[in-house]
Amino acid sequence: MQIDIKTDNVEPIRNTFAHVARRLGTDKVASRYQEGTLDIQSEINFHYRPLWDPDHEIFDRDRTAIKMEDWYAFRDPRQYYYGTWTIARSRQQDSMERNFSFVEKRELFNSLDDEWRQRVANVMLPLRHLEYGANLNNTYITAYGWGTAITQAANFAAMDRLGIAQYLSRIGLVMDGNSGELLDAAKQDWMESEAWQPLRQLVEDLLVVDDWFELYVAQNFALDGLMYPLIYQRFDQQMAAHGGAAIAMLTEFMVDWFAEHSRCVDAFLKTAANESAENKALLSEWARLWSARAAEALMPVATMGVGDEGFTTMAELQDALQTRGQKKAGLDM
Amino acid sequence: MSNNMVYIALQNNEEARPIVEAIEQDNPDAQINHFPAMVKIDAPGRLAVNRETVEELIGRDWDPQEIHLSVISISGNVDETEDAFILERKR
Amino acid sequence: MAAKKMNLREKYTRMTRDLAWDFSYQRDEDVYKQMTMEGIKIEDWDKWEDPFRLTMDAYWKYQGEKERKLYAIIDAFAQNNGHLNVTDARYVNALKLFLTGVSPLEYMAHRGFAMVGRQFPGVGAQVACQMQAVDELRHVQTQVHTISQYNKYFNGFQEFRHQHDRVWYLSVPKSFFDDAVSAGPFEFLTAISFSFEYVLTNLLFMPFMSGAAYNGDMATVTFGFSAQSDEARHMTLGLEVIKFILEQHPDNLPIVQKWIDKWFWRGYRLLTLVAMMMDYMLPKRVMSWREAWEMYFEQNGGALFEDLARYGIRKPKYWEQSVVEKDVISHAAWGTFYNYAHAAPFHTWTPNDEEMEWLSAKYPDTFDKYFRPRYEHWAEQEKKGERFYNPSLPMLCTTCQIPMVFPELDDLALTCYRSSEYEGDTYHFCSDGCKDIFDNEPEKYVQSWLPVHQIYQGNCGGATVEDVVKWYHMEDGVDNREYLHSPDRRNWDKWTKKATEEEVPPKTAVG
Repeated sequence: MQIDIKTDNVEPIRNTFAHVARRLGTDKVASRYQEGTLDIQSEINFHYRPLWDPDHEIFDRDRTAIKMEDWYAFRDPRQYYYGTWTIARSRQQDSMERNFSFVEKRELFNSLDDEWRQRVANVMLPLRHLEYGANLNNTYITAYGWGTAITQAANFAAMDRLGIAQYLSRIGLVMDGNSGELLDAAKQDWMESEAWQPLRQLVEDLLVVDDWFELYVAQNFALDGLMYPLIYQRFDQQMAAHGGAAIAMLTEFMVDWFAEHSRCVDAFLKTAANESAENKALLSEWARLWSARAAEALMPVATMGVGDEGFTTMAELQDALQTRGQKKAGLDM
Repeated sequence: MSNNMVYIALQNNEEARPIVEAIEQDNPDAQINHFPAMVKIDAPGRLAVNRETVEELIGRDWDPQEIHLSVISISGNVDETEDAFILERKR
Repeated sequence: MAAKKMNLREKYTRMTRDLAWDFSYQRDEDVYKQMTMEGIKIEDWDKWEDPFRLTMDAYWKYQGEKERKLYAIIDAFAQNNGHLNVTDARYVNALKLFLTGVSPLEYMAHRGFAMVGRQFPGVGAQVACQMQAVDELRHVQTQVHTISQYNKYFNGFQEFRHQHDRVWYLSVPKSFFDDAVSAGPFEFLTAISFSFEYVLTNLLFMPFMSGAAYNGDMATVTFGFSAQSDEARHMTLGLEVIKFILEQHPDNLPIVQKWIDKWFWRGYRLLTLVAMMMDYMLPKRVMSWREAWEMYFEQNGGALFEDLARYGIRKPKYWEQSVVEKDVISHAAWGTFYNYAHAAPFHTWTPNDEEMEWLSAKYPDTFDKYFRPRYEHWAEQEKKGERFYNPSLPMLCTTCQIPMVFPELDDLALTCYRSSEYEGDTYHFCSDGCKDIFDNEPEKYVQSWLPVHQIYQGNCGGATVEDVVKWYHMEDGVDNREYLHSPDRRNWDKWTKKATEEEVPPKTAVG
């Protein structure tokens, strides 16, 4: 239907939703991140207690020991809502698709010597199982967390981790021409090899952590904060030095993802830590506890990856994480 | 009365046009109904969208998963492979 | 070395279920705590069939493309004042119903599927649920972003979040989803993926989206169809999960049948709001509720349940009642909202002559006999400046929370009342279906946050309607009441340069 209108008399009567305006302090045009995030989760008048947790409401602030006056004080520095997240990832996957096809066509894995090929398989491929654990943990935070600001970022992280697990699987398949033997061997290592057991135990232990915010710290700050630099910086560098520079193309997603993810993790932790001394103490304790466990569990993997330098590498990475925790995440480590 | 119909509804857009045409070619029993902004195709028992047929129509590689860009609704059991997107009623 | 060709199924298996392992440091029952609570027996999660085999890279590729297209249209809609292209400002009230009633459920679905995506032990099922979880976030956000434009020009959208958790009729959709999310994981999937998405979703989305298309609302059509493209995956998950549970163990059949009975009835009652929207709120009608029910439930639902007969599943209990009621529910609901227009954040009106004719033609057995006289009476009252507002509070069904407006099957002129005793108290229901649901789980439904009870108990801002409306964050005379007297209508006439007809101010307000 065609309407002949002069638009000069068509003035908006308000600029955003009332709950958004209350948070912004005034009725002004709000961003899509704000309109899609703020107060989107129900907070009161739930009808029934969950059969699976009768001590709590369906969503409940008491599922974590962290206390916040305002759970929408958390702000994702990337301002991801579904649209911006998925469009950003679609660009990255496009680039990864080109990288995979480049490496496959030119058979660039052949430029690695045999020992290093084996090492890439040994060190990187079992990590797909860790990524799957991280997927479940972030799904847990999405499900049982409080407030869309945090839970939606956790949901994006959960799906990102599944994506990373799948990229690692593809690396295995590219290396053995789709036979799947390398992935089977990696899984056997994950299950049985002595070097992987501390890490597998840590991942399994994380799957039963009850407090979702503690799990957030343990997975996204402590374990990732050591594992990603170890594998995607230190090990990557060594691999590059042994003819594997092109292979780094296949980990481009992980490298970029970690940089972006850490900014968000740090921003969230800092907001929670700045809220109160109690929060800060609790977060710091969790960070200390879980990063110590993660460092211990990663030690044998570090040795596998970077050899004799494993011990000093882990010490350096722990120092770096401590500095990051203090400077960027507002923790006392 | 036995009822074993399956259906797929697609958006009425450029991407869906060759898919609809491919369905028409490969599924002689399919009935095509046009609605505002939507095409609904009903078929008894089984309905297949074949990669090869679509590729012939558009002259480029086509992945059956591209159907996700245009599908609105379906009824029936789905089987998605690298060569086809199939809806069927299992008896 | 030539790479071996891998088919999609093998590849997908490597990319999903191969990621899991058998725990040895923790017990399965500690990682997946909710697996046995419902009595469902699963022998082998590996038997789960993945109908869609989307890995994350493909997911991002296709979803990214969909989002780019959708937001381009939303942007163009805002730049061109697209809201002025709708048939009539009355149409916008259908969107108010959608944003306050449906979009918050998309959010609940997002969280609910995340819960199940964490609680199911099988990776195939986990991944399907997780993808749906993030899709549902997409749906609520694209809806908010689309309707954001309408919020800038019409009243009644601005407090949708506040109102969803408080306003009397919004407890109908809210309690529906709270019911599903507070159940165990298998019941949740039976409720939402199967009973709602697979059996009934076409009755929610098709009417809203075709309604939008007929009424010039291209932005809503676009988010609707874009969401529906995810829905195809979700519906398939619904069918898959039912088949999987039933194939796993014969003991599962009676449990699942009971859930299908319950959730068919729950979902069907919720759709009363859609029925009313289709028959009364669209200036240009697409099809009647009756026709939609025949097409999407009686015919297509029939095929679906025949498909499941080999597992021993029969059609849901009381489906015959829905077929009888199809002549009545939309009219009963609109009448109720007309009565309580002062307490709802959207406008109501009486159908005009042409619309009455359409309703008579679509509902030859019921409209003229039961409903037309009411509307004619109300329209007359309105013309005299005595627009009717019902000052009492309605009695609600404890289960579906809809006022008691549904008929007895053998006499459509009679209202159906049922009740049950539980621990010394009496609970009231609109139907046998709702009474059965209560009787099966009374300890759950006695918890219901029933808006009318809550008002009487003083939990809703005060004792008068005025107090409650204020507590709802509704501006009296702006967001609510008769369409003819509304600022929405005045603005619309101004923007479209239509002369506003002589307006009679309402004489009585409800106290």
